[in-house]
Amino acid sequence: MAWLLELNRVSKRYDAPGEQKVTVLQDIDLRIGEGEFVAILGPSGSGKSTLLRIIAGLVPATSGTVSYLGQPVTDTNPGVSMVFQSFALFPWLTVLENVELGLRYKDISPQEKRTKALNVIDMIGLDGFEGAYPKELSGGMRQRVGLGRALVMEPDILLMDEPFSALDVLTAENLRRDLLELWLEKKIPTKSIIMVTHGIEEAVYMADRAVVLSRDPATVIADIKITLPHWRERKDEPFTRLVDRIYSILTHSRAAQETVQALASGAGRKFTALPHVPSGALTGFLELLDDLEIKSDLYKLADELMFELDDLLPIVEAAQLLGFATVSQGDISLTPVGKAFAAANVLERKELFRRQLKERVPIFERIRWVLDSKRNRRMPREFFLEVIRKSVGVEAAEMQLDTIIDWGRYAELFAYDETSRVLYLEDEEDEAAARV
Amino acid sequence: MKRLLASVPFMPKKWTWVDLVVALFVFGLLYAIVKLGTGMGVPLSEHDQPHIALHWWMLPYYAGRSLLRMFIAFLGSLLFTFVYGRIAATYRLAERILVPLLDILQSVPVLGFLSITVTGFMALFPHRLLGAELASIFAIFTSQVWNMTFGFYQSVAAIPRELREVSRVMHMDAYTRFTRLELPHAMVTLVWNSMMSFGGAWFFLAASESISVLGHHIQLPGIGSYMATAYLEGDVRALIEAIIAMIVVIILVDQLFWRPLVAWSQKFKMELSNATDQPTSWFLQFLRRSQLAGWLSNQVFGRLAQAIDGWMLRRAKRRQSRRRGMPGERRRARRAAVAACALAAAGLVMYYGYLGALELSKLGAMEVAEVFLYGFYTMLRVFFATLLALLWTIPVGVAIGLSPRASRIAQPLVQIAASFPANMFFPFVALLYLRWHVNFQLGAVSLMMLGTQWYILFNVIAGTMNIPNDLKEATKVLRLRGWGRWKHLLLPAIFPYVITGCITASGGAWNASILAELVRWKQHTLVASGLGSLITIATTDGNWPVIVLSMIVMAIFVTLINQLVWRPLMRLAERRYRMEISGR
Repeated sequence: MAWLLELNRVSKRYDAPGEQKVTVLQDIDLRIGEGEFVAILGPSGSGKSTLLRIIAGLVPATSGTVSYLGQPVTDTNPGVSMVFQSFALFPWLTVLENVELGLRYKDISPQEKRTKALNVIDMIGLDGFEGAYPKELSGGMRQRVGLGRALVMEPDILLMDEPFSALDVLTAENLRRDLLELWLEKKIPTKSIIMVTHGIEEAVYMADRAVVLSRDPATVIADIKITLPHWRERKDEPFTRLVDRIYSILTHSRAAQETVQALASGAGRKFTALPHVPSGALTGFLELLDDLEIKSDLYKLADELMFELDDLLPIVEAAQLLGFATVSQGDISLTPVGKAFAAANVLERKELFRRQLKERVPIFERIRWVLDSKRNRRMPREFFLEVIRKSVGVEAAEMQLDTIIDWGRYAELFAYDETSRVLYLEDEEDEAAARV
Repeated sequence: MKRLLASVPFMPKKWTWVDLVVALFVFGLLYAIVKLGTGMGVPLSEHDQPHIALHWWMLPYYAGRSLLRMFIAFLGSLLFTFVYGRIAATYRLAERILVPLLDILQSVPVLGFLSITVTGFMALFPHRLLGAELASIFAIFTSQVWNMTFGFYQSVAAIPRELREVSRVMHMDAYTRFTRLELPHAMVTLVWNSMMSFGGAWFFLAASESISVLGHHIQLPGIGSYMATAYLEGDVRALIEAIIAMIVVIILVDQLFWRPLVAWSQKFKMELSNATDQPTSWFLQFLRRSQLAGWLSNQVFGRLAQAIDGWMLRRAKRRQSRRRGMPGERRRARRAAVAACALAAAGLVMYYGYLGALELSKLGAMEVAEVFLYGFYTMLRVFFATLLALLWTIPVGVAIGLSPRASRIAQPLVQIAASFPANMFFPFVALLYLRWHVNFQLGAVSLMMLGTQWYILFNVIAGTMNIPNDLKEATKVLRLRGWGRWKHLLLPAIFPYVITGCITASGGAWNASILAELVRWKQHTLVASGLGSLITIATTDGNWPVIVLSMIVMAIFVTLINQLVWRPLMRLAERRYRMEISGR
């Protein structure tokens, strides 16, 4: 019998003429059968959402095939409906109208459509809000409408793109339970759910199977069956063990990739992508680590800070990159330089930051060198953008350069004028003259 | 709430060869319309002329006739907007051609064509007024449509990605996508742009109702003709009556049509939170409370809409199932046929472009240089008109904007002033000039200002009102006064608004130049040498090469100024002087 959904060597590449090709997904193989609740996990920017959109037929794969019930999907996948991170409700339609829109092409009378829509609204707990507009609802209720609209289409496969990440902790938990109840007690005819998430706990709490993706490009690095009986307790030993295991798979792949990249950067002076962390956030994080004094378990740290682990990881990565902190076996601790940084005053901090940048991130040395060798000590932003583009692709380059400029400005390695979009070196003599 | 009078004119990113081809295409198309129109030209008969009676009780009838023209043109603009905007926003290939095309079309001086289109349309319906009616409607249409189309295209293109994806996951057909997603999403912009374009179109209405073509004078029954006749007969009482009637009509249309629409369109706002400063309309409130209106909207319009919706849905379903059955070959054949038709049409237009070029080649180098020189004169006038307007509107606008009460009173007044067709005053000003012997070369500048300065004033007021209170208080605490306050707070804060106002005003001034550089009062004619007067004279004489060339020159000037002056300033305003605190 054919699989409900089958992905065969699906890859996705973005390439612009004259640029290096950026591979987002590579050779993804996935088979999903009836009754499965699959969570797709991966670091941010790994292409999880792209994968989900390829399954939905919204984005064409560069190579490979997606089949639904054995039929290759060429246009929008007929067997799916989708729940979005931003809810994607039509603000000009009421709750009822939004849900009813999902039934538009069903061959039933308008009265039947109305009854069906009302039943679904009932089921998702929005009874009494049929006539309300989305702007009158709280975030959690909006996502309930999004869920209702997807469910009323009675899809075989329900796709969910980070459905709970725009909600606050309590609301998200509440909605998770309600959805799980509908699923476990088979109140909905949905045959399979695929959820993209960056919350490891969320995945282990809800899903029967976790598919873990790596980054740059994304490949499937683990496919883990989750056999714990429902309802699962987060404090239970097997639960936390599984979370820890997935977590170590995720960070492990990250560490492995970094060494590869570091080697490459040593050899070819290739640009390494920087984590998008404002210098201020990094500073604050180092101070916090210093205050905690002891080695901290990252997972617990994220929990205490009420951060999603995935939001914390870029900051950790930045601290590691600059040699301010080290991570081993899920614990993070400050290096001597990191300690000195946390204890220093504003000017000393800048000095330390500058030193670490010059030593450890070659692009800053290179920018300094370019600016220094120009007579007017100025260079347009576009020039550096072009340089970075070759290694990270068009879309990421702008963000990368923003981070570079932010760090460089903080370290006073160079200055930047937003109006003319030019990077330049401040002239010490001129500055002194201006002060007099 | 941010609110600019007139949406920002559309400025494409970069000019490529595509745009050049498109420009040639436009030239050919226009020449084709013009040439075909006059080729069929039939002389007008003198006795068919409708007579304009200067009685005040006739004014409601004339106003009604004028309004009818305005609304027919508006409906036409809406239809064009939907079709053109949707195609441009949906197909990438079409976008690359249609969007620059829009840019060129909006810089073509509409009024220059007036006398030509009148003859063309009259030829289609000889011995009837319908031709002149259609020409007038066409002039109004072309003055409204570009801005509306651009606003609509931009909103549709800016639909959030996830909403687009929802519509695809739901397998929406084109009709459903249009009515449930695209139109609602664009509604706020569309209503606002429509209101602004409609206000600006009164100028063109007044200009197109009473017109001399090839020695004949045609007058359509309407408020513009009423005023023109009053001028001709020197009837001051009728003149004042006409001005009052015009103002009343503008206010009525605003209060009974646009305000309710604007207030109603607020429900299509994308922001998910409720804003505090919502536009309101007493008339809409009234309608919402009225039983009859409720019954009508439910039982009549609601039913009708449902019927149409059901019918369209059935059609869409049928087509969906048919498409599944349709073999790829036939689909390909159909696509090839469409492409062939488009190519043939393009070829025809290019042929006319070639004919137009032949016409141009009759001109000597000196004549060509002269047309460019005249373009330069008009450009200087437009610049001075904008500059002079800035000089008085900035202090006055800021003074008004800083006082909430004053701005509440002033803003609607300014809007009426902006809508009022300034060309109705032109002969009157000409009279004053004749009496005091004013040099008309300079005097034409103030005529241009007459209609366009209000756009700047309105925007200055809006910009001043939008300055956050915190900033005003901070300036107080810092003890900034006098020039310091202007330099650090007021001027930077209103800068983006001023630029928007200037773009609208200078665009309007170019169009106004066609009327403002040549003004008649009884037997006297005042002429200022410039592109505008050149076009007016050439069209009355039927001097083809000069008409064609001066149109092109004007389009070139307008496009170049947009590219070289306004676009960089706009970018600067966006980057440096936006009020949002958060960065990118």
